[in-house]
Amino acid sequence: MSYSDKVIDHYNNPRNVGSMDKKDADVGTGLVGAPECGDVMKLQIKVNPQTNIIEDAKFKTFGCGSAIASSSLATEWVKGKTIDQALEIKNTEIVKELALPPVKIHCSVLAEDAIRAAIGDWKKKQETAKPVEAQAAQ
Amino acid sequence: MSTNAKTATPSSQDIGQRATPNGIKLPIYMDNHATTPMDPRVLEEMLPYFMEKFGNAASRNHPFGWAAEEAVELSRERIAKLIGATAKEIIFTSGATESNNLAIKGVAEMYREKGNHIITAVTEHKAVLDTCKHLEKLGFRVTYMPVQKDGLVDLDDLKRAIDDKTILVTIMAANNEIGVLQPVAEIGKLCRDRGVVFHTDAVQAIGKVPIDVNKMNIDVASITGHKLYGPKGAGALYVRRKNPRVQLVAQIDGGGHERGMRSGTLNVPGIAGLGKACAIAHEEMPQESCKIAGLRNRLKDSIMSRLDEVYINGSMEHRLPGNLNISFAYVEGESLLMGINDIAVSSGSACTSATLEPSYVLKALGTGDDLAHSSIRFGIGRFNTEAEIDYVGDRVVETVLRLRELSPLYEMAKEGVDLKSVKWAAEAH
Repeated sequence: MSYSDKVIDHYNNPRNVGSMDKKDADVGTGLVGAPECGDVMKLQIKVNPQTNIIEDAKFKTFGCGSAIASSSLATEWVKGKTIDQALEIKNTEIVKELALPPVKIHCSVLAEDAIRAAIGDWKKKQETAKPVEAQAAQ
Repeated sequence: MSTNAKTATPSSQDIGQRATPNGIKLPIYMDNHATTPMDPRVLEEMLPYFMEKFGNAASRNHPFGWAAEEAVELSRERIAKLIGATAKEIIFTSGATESNNLAIKGVAEMYREKGNHIITAVTEHKAVLDTCKHLEKLGFRVTYMPVQKDGLVDLDDLKRAIDDKTILVTIMAANNEIGVLQPVAEIGKLCRDRGVVFHTDAVQAIGKVPIDVNKMNIDVASITGHKLYGPKGAGALYVRRKNPRVQLVAQIDGGGHERGMRSGTLNVPGIAGLGKACAIAHEEMPQESCKIAGLRNRLKDSIMSRLDEVYINGSMEHRLPGNLNISFAYVEGESLLMGINDIAVSSGSACTSATLEPSYVLKALGTGDDLAHSSIRFGIGRFNTEAEIDYVGDRVVETVLRLRELSPLYEMAKEGVDLKSVKWAAEAH
């Protein structure tokens, strides 16, 4: 299989690799996929509670090059966006940006799921008075 | 490589092999189970049969035909010699898939009166499994033997699986993914004692490890040229002629070539090449298998001494000298291939297959899907060098380390999370 230049670029130079403290009240963590399926993405966002703006994003991905590129791109796109804006990111936009072939569309779906899961986790934290110890992911 | 306008290549895909300062040419070919590069001595043997000696081996009345026939008969002898057979027991085909089809369908059809039961193993090549599935549709009963954790068929299980209606056991000599060598001699003995025809798909084994059809009680064996440094599109089938005589129903009708078992004008250049490849293998196998096993072990040590949580798939003891199949926990196979894209190898990852299912061979060993997704098959061959092995070892190690830094699974495992106990939110995919 040949990859688009953008996939290769994200694979070789992934943006925003890393982890943030899951317990931080301002951090939302999304963990989607399964090792048996060959893809697991962890995407984290750090949100400014005053502005609802995603100030930082980090990811780690187990998966093929397209999965790594999709999640790397997702972190780039959510940074600087408000929660509501980030929720508008569609997997089809990721497919287009990375020129993913049909067999790799599920990678973009997973990246969208990861964004939603991270936001969902952050929202849940906001609803509870104090930070919750156990995270949804585990 | 430069091409001038007069000799335009048919494909735009250039391999673009380039030399590096340390004398290695990149990309490195280390996928010798998929196919082998042709040995220059084989090509040399083939060349006259394209132009000057172009005759049809079936033309009995002129020197053009005689020259072609001579090449074909020499090839038959060379193949027979490599496997301890006689020349008359070798039938030429187009390759392994045809040989397997002819062997299995031909035996099934011939012995239909005697019984309708066929035994094979779950780790066979698709050319065997799908042929068996086809026969199931025609009313044959097929037992698909499981394999043990090391990839080997359990002989007691096999003994129990044979019944009064069993007409054929078809089990490969060496596996194409994990290189595991089945106990062919023991299986042959068992089949002989029970009067059951034994076919073995020996395409990965022949020329790499000793195969003797008499010592191993093999009745029918599939052979192909391009797995042993010969040409593609040239294969053969060994069919035992005595003690006992095995008969096949032809699957291709026509001019009655190959003693009626396989009609069709013979591919003389390909056959000449296949024969030469067998002659070279016969001559050089002892030293070559030793050298290749040394390279394979060097690669294994290079990787395993520097990485934790890497697992070898299949028996190390009963294995082709050139095969190494390893799972790198927490790293997905295709992303690893992408990272070592200057090395040509294969992965059992679903992402590299058309079906999006990880390797059925690895699953049959009880390897979890997660580790099956993480597997790489290295196929070391005649033309690989120590310098290439060292380069490959270094590139694999550095890429696995980089991808593990990127892997949430590796991070979780290091934090002490039991990945098996995690409820993964992936049901929708």
